[in-house]
Amino acid sequence: MSSRERILGRVRRALADGPPGEDTAVERGYLRQHGDLGTAQTVDLLAENLADYRAIVHRTDTEELPYLVARLLAERGSQSVLVPPGLPPEWMSAADATRVHDREVNTARELDKVESVVTGCAVAIAETGTIVLDGSPDQGRRRITLVPDHHICVVRVPEQVVSSVPQALERLDPARPLTWISGPSATSDIELDRVEGVHGPRTLEVVLVTAGT
Amino acid sequence: MSGTFVGMPAFPEAAREAVHNRTLRGNLRHATHTIRAKRAKAVAEVSDWDALREAGARIKDRTLRHLDRYLVQLEESVTAAGGVVHWAADADEANRIVAELVKATGETEVVKVKSMATQEIGLNEALEAEGIRAYETDLAELIVQLGKDRPSHILVPAIHRNRGEIRDIFAREMSEWGRPAPEGLTDTPAELAEAARLHLREKFLRAKVGVSGANFMVAETGTLVVVESEGNGRMCLTLPETLISVVGIEKVVPTWRDLEVFLQTLPRSSTAERMNPYTSMWTGTTDGDGPRAFHLVLLDNGRTDTLADEVGRQALRCIRCSACLNVCPVYERAGGHAYGSVYPGPIGAILSPQLRGTASEIDASLPYASSLCGACYEVCPVAIDIPEVLVHLRERVVQGGPVIRGGNKVVLKPAKGHAAERAAMRAAGWALARPGALRTGQRLASRTRRLHPRTLPGPGKAWTGTRDLPAVPSEPFRDWWQRTHGGKDGAK
Repeated sequence: MSSRERILGRVRRALADGPPGEDTAVERGYLRQHGDLGTAQTVDLLAENLADYRAIVHRTDTEELPYLVARLLAERGSQSVLVPPGLPPEWMSAADATRVHDREVNTARELDKVESVVTGCAVAIAETGTIVLDGSPDQGRRRITLVPDHHICVVRVPEQVVSSVPQALERLDPARPLTWISGPSATSDIELDRVEGVHGPRTLEVVLVTAGT
Repeated sequence: MSGTFVGMPAFPEAAREAVHNRTLRGNLRHATHTIRAKRAKAVAEVSDWDALREAGARIKDRTLRHLDRYLVQLEESVTAAGGVVHWAADADEANRIVAELVKATGETEVVKVKSMATQEIGLNEALEAEGIRAYETDLAELIVQLGKDRPSHILVPAIHRNRGEIRDIFAREMSEWGRPAPEGLTDTPAELAEAARLHLREKFLRAKVGVSGANFMVAETGTLVVVESEGNGRMCLTLPETLISVVGIEKVVPTWRDLEVFLQTLPRSSTAERMNPYTSMWTGTTDGDGPRAFHLVLLDNGRTDTLADEVGRQALRCIRCSACLNVCPVYERAGGHAYGSVYPGPIGAILSPQLRGTASEIDASLPYASSLCGACYEVCPVAIDIPEVLVHLRERVVQGGPVIRGGNKVVLKPAKGHAAERAAMRAAGWALARPGALRTGQRLASRTRRLHPRTLPGPGKAWTGTRDLPAVPSEPFRDWWQRTHGGKDGAK
């Protein structure tokens, strides 16, 4: 007998104490979102919660975005910046740093030499201060937002912002590789006290961008 | 469950040593009290906590009730998404599968994400025996591995170490395993984290094989979820060419939507955060992004035996948040090592004796490692009634009876060492069923009260070592009631 059959057989015998019953969906008495905030307030809450977990939050509009990105890279002193294949070219139009395009042949070691990365995102969650990446062309492979030490993530507000975790899951496609990011890399492993900055990007800058007038 | 802690003394003996270690008690008190207050605040932020807790318990119960179906569905979804599913009935089989998968890649080292399941089966030791070195990459696991130590907490395995001890371990041991600790390393947590970053960077960049567990597996989509903080998980899950995940069969949930409950309750319960810094979700393999080969090893190792126990099976709801450890007065004083298992604290006291059986001295003693205060049940995000299971397991230890071990029904003998307790309970049962005998006995006890010793002789001696024997009243209650008509007219 294979271990598969053995385990499934054990499960069935273990459950023999009662009828399996109909497999009905569970009752979900919890809220779809907490509170009833308007659009602007939801974006404010996102900014507040991102900052609470030490992400650096900036707000701008589409016209000013290239200058903000250029300034953030210059202030950081980044000579090179990774860009995913589908990043809107105008976002980088004012930046001086050398653009490094991610290719499949790039090794992790090569990525480690690049100082910054700029991406979009799939959705942002206000209640938890979370941005979610799903590997779309403006976000790229998972590794490009992991190896460099500085991540600039652009969130289009308000259209990419939801209030809650349940609303975010509704918008996401499970077939895509997903990375949920809430602030920069951190640990609670020393005396259960939170310290920022371990293996992931130690600086996370989130740019909330509204459509220009 | 494997014999990682074979030969452990029973809990009271191991705990006696621990409670006299002042550094350990100080470290544990500091850490557990810090997290306790923070958790309470994080939980208070969501107004529907009770409903989330209830839904979490129901989702897990539903899954367990139909576990065979969801495991088969999960296997189909993972396979359809490009993964390969393996089934392991016990620790040895799981270790063998992983070792063979690693050997097939031609590699001799793996990077590991923190995982309770691989701790449970002793994977690192098994790989070492096959000439494969496993590098732990979670900060606390790294501290344990470098310090040749044992884990003492589910979430923070090095909770028994303070910053000064961690500094010393890094300065002394890092050079043995790779990049040495920076010169002049101090004990500030930020510097210690930086030292770990530098030490492990090289290993991540060259790694070809990653090994992980998972917090959740979604049956309908085949998605696996790893919840973490440092980014070491992301490194191990995305940079290597081959990923092997070893996951307990109880970690499956039916639907994608079910994650909305646990992604709200788990971070708040474990690290007291609204959301942990990083959560990775992957479904099989993705072209051009992440590992090209993905293997999922589904682990039984005592879980189906636990499932067969109608009272005890609720322990399989556990999402390994460790909130029960952080509030437990026994854990706070005795520390994690005394529990003799990778699962310490209240959840360990009900999980280890079920996964491993109650044959060893340590496992038979674990259901007693509690004052039954119930704080663990209060904070549990999936409402496991830990005190109920503890009492149930005490009964099993004392009385014996039929249980399932390794899928087969066996009858346990009553444990040795509980003879006095059993005799006392039998005597009490006999007397309480016979009012006449009870009355005579009570009157006799009242009349001879001046002759009663302060401490019990024989097996009762230990009990009265720390307690006074209650004084017997001069007259039994029933006699007083009859004589005074229930105390009417203020009669004494």
